[in-house]
Amino acid sequence: MGLKDAEKRELIVRRAAQELRDGYYVNLGIGMPTLVANYVPAGVQVILQSENGMLGVGPFPLAGEEDADLINAGKETVTEVPGTAYFSSADSFGMIRGGHIDLSILGAMEVDEEGNLANWMVPGKVVKGMGGAMDLVAAARRVIVAMEHTTKRGEPKLLPRCTLPLTGLKVVDTVITEMGFFRITPQGLVLEELAPGISIEQVRQATAANLKVSEDVKTWQI
Amino acid sequence: MNKVVASSMEAVADIAPGSTLMIGGFGLCGIPENLVAALVTRRVTGLHTIANNMGVDGYGMGLMLEAGMVDSHIGSYVGENKLLEQMAIAGKVTVTLIPQGTLAERIRAGGAGIPAFYTPAGVGTLVAEAKETREFEGKTYLMERWLKADFALIKAWRGDRQGNLVYRKTARNFNPMMATAARITIAEVEELVEPGELAPDAIMTPGIYVKRIVKGEKYERRIERRTLRSV
Repeated sequence: MGLKDAEKRELIVRRAAQELRDGYYVNLGIGMPTLVANYVPAGVQVILQSENGMLGVGPFPLAGEEDADLINAGKETVTEVPGTAYFSSADSFGMIRGGHIDLSILGAMEVDEEGNLANWMVPGKVVKGMGGAMDLVAAARRVIVAMEHTTKRGEPKLLPRCTLPLTGLKVVDTVITEMGFFRITPQGLVLEELAPGISIEQVRQATAANLKVSEDVKTWQI
Repeated sequence: MNKVVASSMEAVADIAPGSTLMIGGFGLCGIPENLVAALVTRRVTGLHTIANNMGVDGYGMGLMLEAGMVDSHIGSYVGENKLLEQMAIAGKVTVTLIPQGTLAERIRAGGAGIPAFYTPAGVGTLVAEAKETREFEGKTYLMERWLKADFALIKAWRGDRQGNLVYRKTARNFNPMMATAARITIAEVEELVEPGELAPDAIMTPGIYVKRIVKGEKYERRIERRTLRSV
């Protein structure tokens, strides 16, 4: 569809940022989801949680300010903001499992019609580990998957049924890709919004899951 | 009471082959770099390690792996360590990956005398295989058991001769729980002070959990991903 990877990602994270609400405590997954922090809407204050033990994650440091003791869950150097708090991994996952995180935004290899999510391993090929993803998706109040619509080889990632080992069972609420905004409902996968310049037919062609289209589907405006 | 040992080598001198070790840190942040280096010098083999990560290729626990010291590993993420990924796929090291929160809580439970607990993490996944599940208030949970170890190697920022510890920023991570869950906990610190110098309200790990404390010989404080913003 002509967009470069970086352009796709920007489109996805900009739309994902529109889901932030003032006062939310939010956990952003490693990689693309981390970029959502760059597009927090004006007038909205969110507090970012990093599962390695920090609430109130600030931007990357300026050169010379980096501190080996201050990283995010992606092992990137970060900074404090006024109000930052540190805690242990046990406390961190206590607040996650306890349902205190309003929103978890994370990436995926596959999502299916039931909201099942796979993002931690490819048997015999990739063994990276689930990190905190299984805890987050099991207990965050809302789970948004922010991912590219297809694999690098152009294969659909929105499937009737996940084929890879699952990260969570019926956990995904919303999927945002460079093609559209989707909700997982009791009736299955519903296309609610199209990305600019994308048609319903294009989405269908790139989606293996049975796709329902909302009656008032529209193109998102950012 | 004096728990201070003179060197990292002395601190790990009695760790025998086949021991189970908890090793603190998240990525390379808050790892007991001097104790791990001493262990690598001693080439203790057949170890069973419990740690969130496995260092990186060529540094930290990655060196233990390269030296063939590790038989099995329990952790949550090994994405930075290509060698471990290869060894795991080839079956040379038994790697058990579990959710990070489950890992943290199993260690906490081990130190707190709680043999098992129920968690929602991993229900319906490979993690749930052969584990008991139970429904509470309409939701399914997985039973997970405590983890304990022969030794815990941990890192704190400041500590006193009685083993009271204070951690700094996100270098706290798994260190406080691990301190509680081993038969012998060995803490390395950047600053070793006299009892009374740490504010009692600020102590994060009370000394009861710490058997030995050593001032780390040298801190490289390596950064795994130096990410910067421009002005």
